[in-house]
Amino acid sequence: MLSDRASPGLKLAAGAGLAFLHLPILLIFLYAFTTEEKSYAFPPPGLTTQWFGIAWNREDIWPPLILSLQVAAIATVLALILGTLAAGAMARSRFFGQNQIALLLILPIALPGVVTGIALRSAFSMLDIPYSTWTIILGHATFCIVIVFNNAVARMRRLSGAILEASADLGANAFQTFRHILLPNLGTALLAGGMLAFALSFDEVIVTTFTAGQQSTLPIWMLEELVRPHQRPVTNVVAIVVFLVTVIPILLAYRLTIRGTEIAGGGK
Amino acid sequence: MTAPAILPVRGPGDRFTALIWRQPRVLLALMLGPPLIWLGVVYLGALIALLWQSFYSIDEFSGLVVPEFTLKTYAELLRPQNFDIFLRTVSMAALVSLASGVLAFPIAYFAARHARGRWKAAFYLGVMLPLWSSYLVKVYAWKLILAKEGIVTWAAEATHTTAALEGLLALPAIGGNSLSTSYIGTFLVFVYVWMPYMILPMQAALERVPTSMLEAAADLGATRGQIFRTVILPLALPGIIAGSIFTFSLTLGDYIIPQIIGTSKTFIGMAVYQFQGTAGNVPLAAAFAMIPIVIMLIYLAIARRMGAFDAL
Repeated sequence: MLSDRASPGLKLAAGAGLAFLHLPILLIFLYAFTTEEKSYAFPPPGLTTQWFGIAWNREDIWPPLILSLQVAAIATVLALILGTLAAGAMARSRFFGQNQIALLLILPIALPGVVTGIALRSAFSMLDIPYSTWTIILGHATFCIVIVFNNAVARMRRLSGAILEASADLGANAFQTFRHILLPNLGTALLAGGMLAFALSFDEVIVTTFTAGQQSTLPIWMLEELVRPHQRPVTNVVAIVVFLVTVIPILLAYRLTIRGTEIAGGGK
Repeated sequence: MTAPAILPVRGPGDRFTALIWRQPRVLLALMLGPPLIWLGVVYLGALIALLWQSFYSIDEFSGLVVPEFTLKTYAELLRPQNFDIFLRTVSMAALVSLASGVLAFPIAYFAARHARGRWKAAFYLGVMLPLWSSYLVKVYAWKLILAKEGIVTWAAEATHTTAALEGLLALPAIGGNSLSTSYIGTFLVFVYVWMPYMILPMQAALERVPTSMLEAAADLGATRGQIFRTVILPLALPGIIAGSIFTFSLTLGDYIIPQIIGTSKTFIGMAVYQFQGTAGNVPLAAAFAMIPIVIMLIYLAIARRMGAFDAL
């Protein structure tokens, strides 16, 4: 007879696997308080909170942080519009070429980031488009569309078509139906998709290195510190900030969709 | 007096509604247009530009790109030093996918078959948070862990296993000065960063394995190992392949992890980055970028045939 209880070995392996996924990140928090500046010595010789103040006063951190927030915000808005439209088209109708369009939508995240990055870069150079904040946004919006699309299309498929017809029968036009019926039903799915897209964009580094020119986003700033470290604990503080800015939207997205049948974040 | 069956038209909004009601294709075109134009122009356009450049070549004397159609650049990929890059990256991607599958299985299996209620939610979040949280922060954390003066060395000293660690680092080819400058380090970080992508499709596939089948196998006298090999594994295979699409593709194109942790030997992603940047050899970079595209297209075709797309 097959028992329904998990064997101790399975419990141990599953627990160890989860620990493997989480412990490394916790270490970043510890290292932000270390008094050791020149190496990654463990255990830290002493603990201090001075690095948070020093990071706050470092002037080279603020412009990348602001740029990253700007790019993520605009890319998210673009992805929300384009992803919702695509979801609206794909959820209910059947048409020629639908499978190809589905493939086109996932391609930007199915292919490695380095491919997207160099493809955009060679297109920019062929067309003589100068690198700017907008070239960064262009790249980010492209791979954020599918995140919003996934969330929106799952909700739309679940939504009964009858309530849209009922709304039309009661005399509402398309805009009224959208405003009063569709939007309230889609709301949390779009919000969740938007937050995931924001987190993805804020953290993106591979495509950005190809589309950014002279500007630095926060991940690019961090990458430079990783390659040529100076004042390591300050990088730790920035790492905590980046971690929190990505994790908080993810947790919110999870809370927003927990009651539905589909949960945000099932696929990146 | 009764109200008319057809309401009077109140304005352009109503006229538009009537149009899309009678011609649903208009609405479809209006919704599909903007995202298709964006992805078609920006993304496909860029990919075509890339493909185009890969057929150009570079003049060896002037270092300038010669805009003439040639297969010379592709032939360069077969040079020993470039072919090594290809082999190194593909074998790393295969090993990382394999290790991710092995490590992910217990987590996915426990979450699918045994976790209920609060535990199920905890497992889901426990996988989703590392999956979505910052890529760079994760890589950075491993730099701290694997550094020579870092926590691994300390733990080895504390448990008196320094000799084992040194033995591991002394291994030819995969060892190195410290874990953060060896292939072992690169491999560990790849597995850590991409493993969550394996867990979720695997868990979805395992959830669809009917319990009754496992019970039937047990009733017929199968041992745990036999049930695993003959029932669970074949039924969960589409999910495992779906997960491996991500682990394989992401390892294939990554250029940050091997640059920060490992022997500074080149991987495909780094080759793309270096050839287009400092070397200024855009055609060769484009040709290198075609490798992951072609591999992934073949991989996706095989995965589709094995039913992996239903598991996504």
